[in-house]
Amino acid sequence: MMVDASAPPTRRAVVPLRQGTIARRGSVFLSRHPRLRLSLLLGAPLFWLGLVYIAALAALLITALWTVDSFTGQISQTWTVDNIVAVLTGSLYQTVTLRTLGVALLVTIIDIVIALPIAFYMAKVASPRAQRILVIAILMPLWASYLVKAYAWRSVLSQGGIFEWLVSPFGGHSPGYGLPATIITLSYLWLPYVILPIYAGLERVPDSLLEASGDLGGGTWSTLRLVVLPMIWPAIIAGSIFSFSLSLGDYITVNIVGGANQMLGNLVYTNVGAANNLPLAAAIALVPILIIFAYLAAVRRTGALNNL
Amino acid sequence: MTGAQPAIRLTGLTKSFGNVNAVDGVDLDIVEGEFFSMLGPSGSGKTTVLRLIAGFEKPTSGTISLLGQDVTDRAPFDRDVNTVFQDYALFPHMSVLDNVAYGLRVRGVSKRARYEQARQALDTVRLGSFVDRKPSQLSGGQRQRVALARATVVQPKVLLLDEPLGALDLKLREQMQVELKELQRNLGITFIFVTHDQQEALTLSDRIAVFNEGKIEQLGTPAEIYERPSSPFVAAFVGTSNIFDDTVSHALLGRAGTHSVRPEKVSVTTENRPLAADCTAAGTLAEVIYVGSSTQLIVDLDAGTRVVVLEQNDAHRVATTERGVRVTIGWNNSDIVTLSAPAPAPAILAPHP
Repeated sequence: MMVDASAPPTRRAVVPLRQGTIARRGSVFLSRHPRLRLSLLLGAPLFWLGLVYIAALAALLITALWTVDSFTGQISQTWTVDNIVAVLTGSLYQTVTLRTLGVALLVTIIDIVIALPIAFYMAKVASPRAQRILVIAILMPLWASYLVKAYAWRSVLSQGGIFEWLVSPFGGHSPGYGLPATIITLSYLWLPYVILPIYAGLERVPDSLLEASGDLGGGTWSTLRLVVLPMIWPAIIAGSIFSFSLSLGDYITVNIVGGANQMLGNLVYTNVGAANNLPLAAAIALVPILIIFAYLAAVRRTGALNNL
Repeated sequence: MTGAQPAIRLTGLTKSFGNVNAVDGVDLDIVEGEFFSMLGPSGSGKTTVLRLIAGFEKPTSGTISLLGQDVTDRAPFDRDVNTVFQDYALFPHMSVLDNVAYGLRVRGVSKRARYEQARQALDTVRLGSFVDRKPSQLSGGQRQRVALARATVVQPKVLLLDEPLGALDLKLREQMQVELKELQRNLGITFIFVTHDQQEALTLSDRIAVFNEGKIEQLGTPAEIYERPSSPFVAAFVGTSNIFDDTVSHALLGRAGTHSVRPEKVSVTTENRPLAADCTAAGTLAEVIYVGSSTQLIVDLDAGTRVVVLEQNDAHRVATTERGVRVTIGWNNSDIVTLSAPAPAPAILAPHP
């Protein structure tokens, strides 16, 4: 503890400032030009976004307004709204659109119902170790190919498959291939995309808020309804956007386990391929885009996006 | 309700995490209407005791009674105690008014009635004009008051406060201390206040329990805790103390055992001047620290120990500001506190109450 007051203060070595190198001069230049800094940072991604997203969407809209010469099969660049009118009024398109919408909504609801308790367990109950294991377990199916998983479900749901073997002792039987099988398979495929945002949202709810609610007399149900759900609403919406939009665009799963049912994606696929009617395919492809826009607008009205 | 019945009674309360006893057999009665502080360093178990009373943790063994009723196995929402959290735990998606009305809402109070009561509660903490704000639009002190209003609007029997002033700056903290004391007096409910700030505990409390390693080290009024610490831990943790171990006690006081004396009870003068004290010792001035209202002197005694002396900066102060000068320090026997009896025969000589 005793300090010898007569000792001279320790000499410190001089730390030189590096100056004059090219990298350093570049840094100095950049630090003085914030706009240049920003354009260097965002230039490449914005170019990519503009080319792939905006230009592709515009091309889609333009193509939908062209038509195909039924005789030669060549695209004729005469402007017409016939394709769009056909998609909006044709009973086949209306039925398929409603079916696709129904499937996407059901898949989204099923995924949210399954994801909420799992995410809650991961974020609020499990030990940190169990939490890490669960995150990996949930991400693991994403490492497998989409096709492998869809065909796996085809085998599970087949006659004499695992599903039948499991439920037959209780008098159940496999739903076979059709819309229920499509909904089950899509729910499985998109579940990780719904669990992860909800889990992240719940992670951001401090435990003390749950304790405060209980402390003030709120039971489990009140706490969930008045504190937890409003706080993770944006996360639920984020998850639902994944499952909803991915389901809207899907055409492979329904081909594999959907029996004879078609979804919008199948109509697009057949029109691009077998029917060779690219403009009609483009017009059909506009439908899910419009639905997603309507969905986002509805979500926005609930105010869920304000807290993102 | 009889006055003799304690608001909170803890019996043999123990809480283990793994093989660590965070709370280790605590017995405690907290009188109705008192401002009770649990003081201790972090990890001493004081916050765990609070969380056990609130019901956030289940005790490993022991019981908790609230006004004579055993509440050990009840859920937090089933206990008539409320908590003011260290981070305030305000609901970020609700307005200030909805936050305060929350406890009434989950009890099924009608919208009109609960908003009416919440407004009144906010008026008592002088936040009547902030009802529509979100918690994020408030300052730390304002959030603190919202948390107080939210916890008191449901009229709990006991209010638990978990280091509620820890996040505030010094000026605001001193102001909130006064407000807390007034609030407690006006509401007349029992406050249990957890803090690691000994000054805060001394200022606010009717009684203090000093915690160390999961046990209550000493229980008493602020004056008892400060003037008559019962152990070296309390003497060192609450305020500053000069602690003399057995050897030094022999040399300085001619007594066995561990003793302590507060710096402000020690007087000092330059060597060879008379000093009106029961006991004196000579030494060298090692450091002089000016702290505004007083000056702290650190003296290396010839007996081989270092003593801190606190001198008021009033007209009587002797100008002992040169480091290295010879000084004489002294104290009265009545200011010496015996912390522990000499080691060989502790049972006979332990004199503290």
